[in-house]
Amino acid sequence: MTQLAVICAYLCALVALAVLGGRAFRGTSQDYFVASRSIGPAVLMLSVFGTAMTAFSLVGSTGEAYRTGIGVYGLMASSSGVLHSAVFFFVGLRMWSIGVTHGYTTQIQFFRERFESGALGLMLFPVLAGLVVPYVLIGLLGAGSVVGVLTEGAFPSLFDSTGGAVPAWLTGLVITAIVSIYVFAGGLRAAAWANSLQAGIFLVTGIATFLVIAPKLGGVQAATEAVLAASPERLVRDGSIGQLQFLSYCLIPLSIGMFPHVYQHWLTARSAASFKPMLVLHPVCTMLVWLPCVLIGVWAVGATLPDGSAIVPAGSPANGELGLMVRTLTTPLLGGLLGAGILAAIMSSLDSQLLAIGSMFTNDVAIKVLGRDRLGERERVLLGRSIVLAVALAAYLCSLGEPRSVFTLGVWCFSAYSALFPIAVAAIYWKRATRHGAMAAVAATVIVGGLLFREGSYGADPGYLFHGMLPVVPMVAASTAALVFGSLATSPPSRLTLARFFPE
Amino acid sequence: MKLSAVLVLVAGFLALHQDFWLWDDATLVIGFVPAGLAYHVAYSLCTAGLWAAVCRWGWPSDLGRPGSDAPEDGSGQ
Repeated sequence: MTQLAVICAYLCALVALAVLGGRAFRGTSQDYFVASRSIGPAVLMLSVFGTAMTAFSLVGSTGEAYRTGIGVYGLMASSSGVLHSAVFFFVGLRMWSIGVTHGYTTQIQFFRERFESGALGLMLFPVLAGLVVPYVLIGLLGAGSVVGVLTEGAFPSLFDSTGGAVPAWLTGLVITAIVSIYVFAGGLRAAAWANSLQAGIFLVTGIATFLVIAPKLGGVQAATEAVLAASPERLVRDGSIGQLQFLSYCLIPLSIGMFPHVYQHWLTARSAASFKPMLVLHPVCTMLVWLPCVLIGVWAVGATLPDGSAIVPAGSPANGELGLMVRTLTTPLLGGLLGAGILAAIMSSLDSQLLAIGSMFTNDVAIKVLGRDRLGERERVLLGRSIVLAVALAAYLCSLGEPRSVFTLGVWCFSAYSALFPIAVAAIYWKRATRHGAMAAVAATVIVGGLLFREGSYGADPGYLFHGMLPVVPMVAASTAALVFGSLATSPPSRLTLARFFPE
Repeated sequence: MKLSAVLVLVAGFLALHQDFWLWDDATLVIGFVPAGLAYHVAYSLCTAGLWAAVCRWGWPSDLGRPGSDAPEDGSGQ
């Protein structure tokens, strides 16, 4: 009950923030979609970090560390630290500069004009929007699992079928509603403020949870020694992660360069210098979130109750490991705070994702189809808000289906974004890249990714590899080859376009 | 520092990510962190140092707030 009270108090604070965000809203579509490009370095750093971290980083990392051991940190966290910042530097800065110069609000606007093709924009919209939906699902599934575990036994008469726990459908409904409220009210400025608050909360609660759990396991040394006795292979990578598999994971963090919601956050920057704290602190903040979760996940392997039974029994439901450790080893108050922290991580991605789809539909589909003159400022904002609500509802309904491992679903989703990343690099750095090359790359991503996803049982097979590598490798290779050959086989872009995007 | 120099630095740094020599090393650093995990935590911290150096010496000079040719309603060209 205490856990739920803390979580409810946190959600009320977010609604209050929505009211503030709504008051600061200037009523224009530029303000709604890119906060009038007024965000400074601290909020930019925290909001992009909050957007990048989701259930995948907290719930997924703990569960994967429980199953495969310490290697999960190197698989995702340390590679993300260096590569996310590299993408911010080599791609984000340039995208921001071009976006401000030409007044873009979405990445599709940029690709459409750089590649001189409205058809490319219409082709990219369903792919990018379609990939955001499973990403949103990752959050909703993670939230449902954690709150369910934390509140188990709290409401036996109310939720008999779940053992008294708040059911996943109710958790998903509440967080979808809260996020919709503050995105609806204040647009990207409200989302950036909420993300900054939420990034701070999940950074602090993650570390606090680690500091409370470690003594309960007899101290950090005893916790690790228990794993050494029970399952020593979890403390090395030999046998659980192949060298080629580890190397291929380095392609996954490139996905951040094609996330529509991250692109939109880049565009909110007040100046190029606003990117600097984000470049430097992103790897450190990533470490502060992942390290406690990975250690708690590994320690869960050897953690037992006084009667000798495991805290996380073999065959426990996917995504529930962190919740089980917290519920068993900490106080209800900390359990509630951690629950709030996990919801913070999840909601800080959800808000930007919903807004990105609303923005893309309004700017890349509706305005293109209806014509710019037929949609005034008020209509654009109204349309963006309506799409946010519609996508939130659709994602929520999808989350009621059969649950998948958050980690596995996340890796598939990120793989597809990574496969599209060569288009972003070519658009900025390769003058010879053409619309046909870009379209061929999108088609290759969809076809090769779709075939491999089917081979991997639509995300139900967490161990699926393609010749010892993640499927992201053939997906990126196919996309890059299609981009290069498609471009070289067709006429180069016009001089006018090259002059606009590659000024001397 | 030119853009290509930053690219070479990052590529070299990425090569160090593949720590094959620690694959089966079960040594515990400071008594509780396995060597493979300790290496990657240190790697994360060094990454921050790398980007701090890039911000100091490799920041592109052609990226002020550009003169905007955007339409007033911000809807792109």
